[in-house]
Amino acid sequence: MDLWVLYKQMLRSRLFEEAVSVLWNEGLISGEMHLGTGEEGIIAGIVTQLQEGDSLALDHRGTSALLMRGIDPILLMKELLGLPDGLCSGRSGHMHLFSPELLAASSGIVGSTGPAATGFALAARYLRTGKLSISFFGEGAMNQGMMMESFNLAVTWNLPVIFVCKDDKWSITTHSRNITAGNLTDRAAVFGMPTYEVDGSDVREVWISARKCLNRARAGLGPSFILATCSHLEGHFLGDPLLRTVRKPLSELPGITIPLMKSLLQSGGASALSRLEGLTIILNQVGKTIRDRKREIRDPVKIVRKLLVTEKMQLEKLEAQVFEELAGVISSITSE
Amino acid sequence: MRKMKFSEAIDDAIAQAMAADSRIIILGEDVQALRRNLLVRFGKKRVLNTPISEAAFTGAGITAAMTGLRPVVEIMLVDFIGTAMDAILNHAAKVEAFSGGRWKVPLVIRATCGGGYGDGGQHEQSLWGWLAHIPGISVVVPSTPADAGGLMFSALEHPHPVFFLEHKLLSDMWLDYLGGASRKSVDFDVPFEGTYGQVPSKWTKIPLGQAAVRKTGTNLTIVSLGVGVHRSLECSKILQDNNISAEIIDLRTVSPLDIRTIHESVSKTGCLLVVDEDYQGFGLSGEVAATLLERGLSFEYARVCTSGTIPFSRKLEDEALPNVKRILDASLKLVNKKV
Repeated sequence: MDLWVLYKQMLRSRLFEEAVSVLWNEGLISGEMHLGTGEEGIIAGIVTQLQEGDSLALDHRGTSALLMRGIDPILLMKELLGLPDGLCSGRSGHMHLFSPELLAASSGIVGSTGPAATGFALAARYLRTGKLSISFFGEGAMNQGMMMESFNLAVTWNLPVIFVCKDDKWSITTHSRNITAGNLTDRAAVFGMPTYEVDGSDVREVWISARKCLNRARAGLGPSFILATCSHLEGHFLGDPLLRTVRKPLSELPGITIPLMKSLLQSGGASALSRLEGLTIILNQVGKTIRDRKREIRDPVKIVRKLLVTEKMQLEKLEAQVFEELAGVISSITSE
Repeated sequence: MRKMKFSEAIDDAIAQAMAADSRIIILGEDVQALRRNLLVRFGKKRVLNTPISEAAFTGAGITAAMTGLRPVVEIMLVDFIGTAMDAILNHAAKVEAFSGGRWKVPLVIRATCGGGYGDGGQHEQSLWGWLAHIPGISVVVPSTPADAGGLMFSALEHPHPVFFLEHKLLSDMWLDYLGGASRKSVDFDVPFEGTYGQVPSKWTKIPLGQAAVRKTGTNLTIVSLGVGVHRSLECSKILQDNNISAEIIDLRTVSPLDIRTIHESVSKTGCLLVVDEDYQGFGLSGEVAATLLERGLSFEYARVCTSGTIPFSRKLEDEALPNVKRILDASLKLVNKKV
């Protein structure tokens, strides 16, 4: 494990996505924007260990994994901007990024990376011995039938897949615990594959577990499951209404509370007690978001940086390099 | 009369129906947040958050409807119906036929649809023709707040499964949620007449299968729905400047299809243009033409639809979706052909 390599990839991803955030807020990137900021430890701990011929099934937050896998950042940024000379000719946007060269495919449909990685692994077994596939997905996807079907298929066919569940505890903007039965690692384990639970904000933990899974898959011993916790620094997506309410209560709240109070007091409907219960659910959701923000978020980039801070010169040099790369990306796009 | 926004009108119609009928419940992803106004009035027993498990909760909605409830199942974006398609295609649509008409499925499936805000081809489809293709499913696509509320009110009392599709460009709530419309410097071609308008003080049913003539005309019939109605109306003003009088028909429901209203209009104009944001092939636009031909009508015909996967790039997307220029070009070509 080379922490310098890991930190470099994580920082590249973080800065790239921070630039994306600025461009989105400026209105230069359209539609939704799901960033991977906060999950870099998970992505780096796995993607930096991949070999040529390994494949990637990516969800709607695929930018980070593609960058670390070695995609040209200029092509990627151009794609997010919808430019005709972007990675996918401006036709994909951030949720549907594809690279046939890197055997990487994305999808905005929750759970779809399960079947995708399973098929990649099937082809690998016939055509690329010793190669494997990765499925990245959130814990919300654990409630999609196709994900469970994929676990079953991968185990019964003994396929080289690593299922990586990035658990941020939110299914879109619903708290996952309220809509998820049982324990997710137990759920995966009953299919008969090895499972690991790691702190996804510590890239070292991810790397070590991933190593075991990768070795196992390459040796033809079948799939594994990793549950890695994380916090998405920007919520579900940029402009997340919950985060926005918490960050700018004065401008956001009147639009929410006035209709809410009107409806709460309107005649016809549930008992006063049930109404209050409903209100409590909403207040709890906002409250949970505030608590999540206040609690020191474990930022994977900061955590790994702390481990390297003693080597000041080398760190500064590396960071300067990464900044320079990003500056190059931005200037090459703006100069056109 | 009151004035309301598009989605607000739908929620308001649902609220009126929920107050009168305790069998109506809402279930779907994030609905306790998205329908928070209904949550605080009707309580959590009637507004249920679901996991991201469309196949399960849509399928469950069907049998719950068969056994006495009147569920409104929300599929956040109609594109996400893929995983639940079996429930729709092989169950919701078929129970009544299989039971010899003895068992009905009074289910409403509410979903957003449509593009124009740069979210890519997995989040911007229309799919109403694809859904209406299945016998046993009604498909509603309103274009104004008054219609949206009235048609939802109707759907909630309908004894059969109804798909209720809400175009995102008409809903400020969804456009903000999915398009980040609160950002300065984003520019969407929103048809304002469809986003905010007068609604009745108390909701009454607008029957499914009844089109609305939005503008009368003599030279050309334009049949459309959803945002396409507003694009067509905008185009008709330019046509008027060229002394071409277009009649605009808003279908409001794809299925049942109000073929009588279209027939009457095309009998008069002899010229039909279908403006359909759904895919061109094997869909609504062809169905309208075929049905009129079966009725022995002879007319000039053209269509403006979406032909391929919707591109992410805003520029490419605008070109791919039915826009005013494409409607205008097609209209002029069609009217000239007639002469």
